[in-house]
Amino acid sequence: MIARLIAGVPRRALLMLVALLIALIAAPLFAGDYLLTVLILILYFAYLGQSWNIMMGFAGQLSLGHALYVGLGAYTAASLYVHFGIGPWLGLLVAIPLAALTGCFIGFLAFRFRVAGVYFAILTIAVAEFARVGFDHVSWTSGASGLFLPVAQYASNDLWHLRGRPAMFYYILLAATVFALIFCRALLQSRVGYFWRAIREDEEAARSAGIDTFHYKMIAVAISAAMTSFAGVIYAFYYNNLFPEQVFHISRSIEIILGPIVGGIGTLLGPILGAFILTGLAETLNSALAALGVDLPGAKQVFYGICLLLVITALPDGVWPWLCKRIGLERKQ
Amino acid sequence: MSALLSVQGVSKRFRGLVAVDRVSFDVPQGGIFAVIGPNGAGKTTLFNMIAGMFPPDAGTITFAGERIEHLPADGICRRGIGRTFQIVRPFPGLSVEDNVIVGALLHRRQVDAARTHAHDVLRRLDLYDKRAQRASSLTLPDRKRLEMARALATDPKLLLLDETMAGLRPTETDRIVVILRELNHETGLTILLIEHVMRAVMALAGHILVLHHGAEIAEGAPGEIVRNPAVIESYLGVEAVA
Amino acid sequence: MPADIYLNVAVGGVLTGLVYGLMALGLSVIFGVVRVVNFAHGEMMTIAMYIAVALFAAFHLDPLLMLVPIAAVLFVFGYLLQARLINKFITRPEHSQFLLLVAVALIIVNLMLIIFGPDARSVQASYAYDSFKLGPLIVDATKLYAGAAAILVAAALVAFFQYTRLGTAIRACADNYTGALVVGLDVEHLYALTFGLGAACVGAAGVMLVLIVDVTPALGPSYTLLAFVIVITGGLGSMPGALLGGVLIGLTEAMAGLLFDPSAKSMFAFGILVLVLLFRPQGIMGKRTS
Repeated sequence: MIARLIAGVPRRALLMLVALLIALIAAPLFAGDYLLTVLILILYFAYLGQSWNIMMGFAGQLSLGHALYVGLGAYTAASLYVHFGIGPWLGLLVAIPLAALTGCFIGFLAFRFRVAGVYFAILTIAVAEFARVGFDHVSWTSGASGLFLPVAQYASNDLWHLRGRPAMFYYILLAATVFALIFCRALLQSRVGYFWRAIREDEEAARSAGIDTFHYKMIAVAISAAMTSFAGVIYAFYYNNLFPEQVFHISRSIEIILGPIVGGIGTLLGPILGAFILTGLAETLNSALAALGVDLPGAKQVFYGICLLLVITALPDGVWPWLCKRIGLERKQ
Repeated sequence: MSALLSVQGVSKRFRGLVAVDRVSFDVPQGGIFAVIGPNGAGKTTLFNMIAGMFPPDAGTITFAGERIEHLPADGICRRGIGRTFQIVRPFPGLSVEDNVIVGALLHRRQVDAARTHAHDVLRRLDLYDKRAQRASSLTLPDRKRLEMARALATDPKLLLLDETMAGLRPTETDRIVVILRELNHETGLTILLIEHVMRAVMALAGHILVLHHGAEIAEGAPGEIVRNPAVIESYLGVEAVA
Repeated sequence: MPADIYLNVAVGGVLTGLVYGLMALGLSVIFGVVRVVNFAHGEMMTIAMYIAVALFAAFHLDPLLMLVPIAAVLFVFGYLLQARLINKFITRPEHSQFLLLVAVALIIVNLMLIIFGPDARSVQASYAYDSFKLGPLIVDATKLYAGAAAILVAAALVAFFQYTRLGTAIRACADNYTGALVVGLDVEHLYALTFGLGAACVGAAGVMLVLIVDVTPALGPSYTLLAFVIVITGGLGSMPGALLGGVLIGLTEAMAGLLFDPSAKSMFAFGILVLVLLFRPQGIMGKRTS
């Protein structure tokens, strides 16, 4: 099975990936606290970007409301923990189907009624906004005043309850990102992956080739939503507080898509590369500003906006394909 | 020989325009059937209805004994009708090979089996050597063949070809004619084609239907059709027969 | 609750809705002609609002007096945006264009945040607390003036498109891009002009809105979304549809705020959007495009 996964990948690329993985595994031993939190953020967005990429990069459906699934995962796991003491891994068993069902619901409405392209994006925004305002009024999840998880001592790592030091979260996210990468690779090579790509290229021609496009688009949405909700669970237990205004906000959704767009939609390594570039640079910017004693809330977002603008205008396929050409990693034509 | 495809009294209008007017014909199993006529005669509209892009306003379409006029395009393909488009539409970002694999995967679960079948189809259509190229980088004739390959990979019983020869040089046209004849003889593939290039029509078709203003004005063997005065007047012109 | 309250709130909603309608009109014009979905629409409006706030704070100038200059500034902004940036994207896939404007919106919102801070800013016009009594009705002066101004600007815009040569040329572009090119129209210039007009529209709407509502940077995305809801409900590309949609949304919002929890009123707008997208995507007055 591993042979199939790596078939066709240039050896140089594989070696680079392995080297990167080793570096990432070793990182917590050498990185300071701040760098570790930055790396956690990078991996978080790399994983999220990979999940979002399934819908957009593979199946061609632009979702600008992915924060919805993060929020659903976060609130489900957190509420179950706070109200019933149910651990997050069990909470995940509830969060994932819930997110997948919500995604399917949106997908069903959209695909059944032929809401496509930009209209689909607007629909996803509207639903996420609906949740943002809606959750303010749900008392079981503490509404607008915020849901707080009990913060315990981090003397030891409690993996089962996701209580512990940042390094624990780091390795969980690293494992998740690696899993997402392998999973996406396997998906792309499978029958489903071929159909998704066909749909993305030309949905009508795909239908004429016998593909039930509704069915396969739904699968993409369900998988993407399910994977995204896992990140939400981690988010909840890492930050220990949730506010609907923040969790479901459209800025979160935009942050999710920035990595894959900058890195390269539809590519496997694009979202990961994009996360490294964007989050890395953004945090550098923050540190530089802090060092200068300047406090500019919003500077990071302006930076994101400029990056997005530059990539869309100059490198529409993303940095990764461009980089591949540069360092000669293209597959032989 | 029994009719694989039976079109009965099919009509379609778009607002005030009658695009197809009570057309009926049968396509025999294993035959090659051509639909010709001037531009705007309703040929592609007819095709689109058979292929499931939209349903007819009246009439029935029966394929292998099953009524199909209300099925969507993917259902039609699954039942064994493959099609090409007048303005060619391969999947531009995918490689030649991947394009055909998509078709082959319709009736195969395993990607490996699909790839093997795709290679067979590509070889038959002289595209095997270009299998790693991106579809968007191909020349027009090659893209037409790629679309045909993709349709063939879905194991159709009936192949719908929409003006495949348009824009091809005579040598390329002849090559495609040979490929189609081979397919028809060796596999019994039934072919229904819309064509303007009479060279190809005469070389391939066992039976011709002529449409004009959405209605049929003649149907029969090629020899009769080219001598039919109504056909000559509306479409062929005297030179075609001379 | 006594009936007058419902009536007053409704009237207030309709007047505010007229301003919403003007804002949506700008979006509709841009989409109808240039076929760009302007995701930065609400953000552009906040630029106008902040300019009005700044001018008021510095010189005590009534925003309505500043309407024309501020709209002109937005016109230039919109023209340049289309001419220098968006025109290059005409042939690109629509999600590329969309994301381009997402980027522009992101930059605008956060620049506003950096420059003006997160706190709400408002304009206290001299007539801010005045009201007119018309029988049982008590109408806020600010809303009345804003609504009246919205109608005037909208009428001017419609007249422009119907009766001037330039307006007709622009409508020709919208109907048939290639045809317009063939007859020698400078389509890129006309596109830029149209975007500028749309921006001027939303700028004018912003000036009116700042009389009624406080401005924060976060208002931008909210109003972009609201503009979408209105335009999609009323019919993308339909000018009367945008105004009708605006009034409808203004009214619904006001009544929902009265009958239910005020903070939930935006949920109604989204609910309407979802319903329209599903069941009548061409909107109330739009034409179904295949």
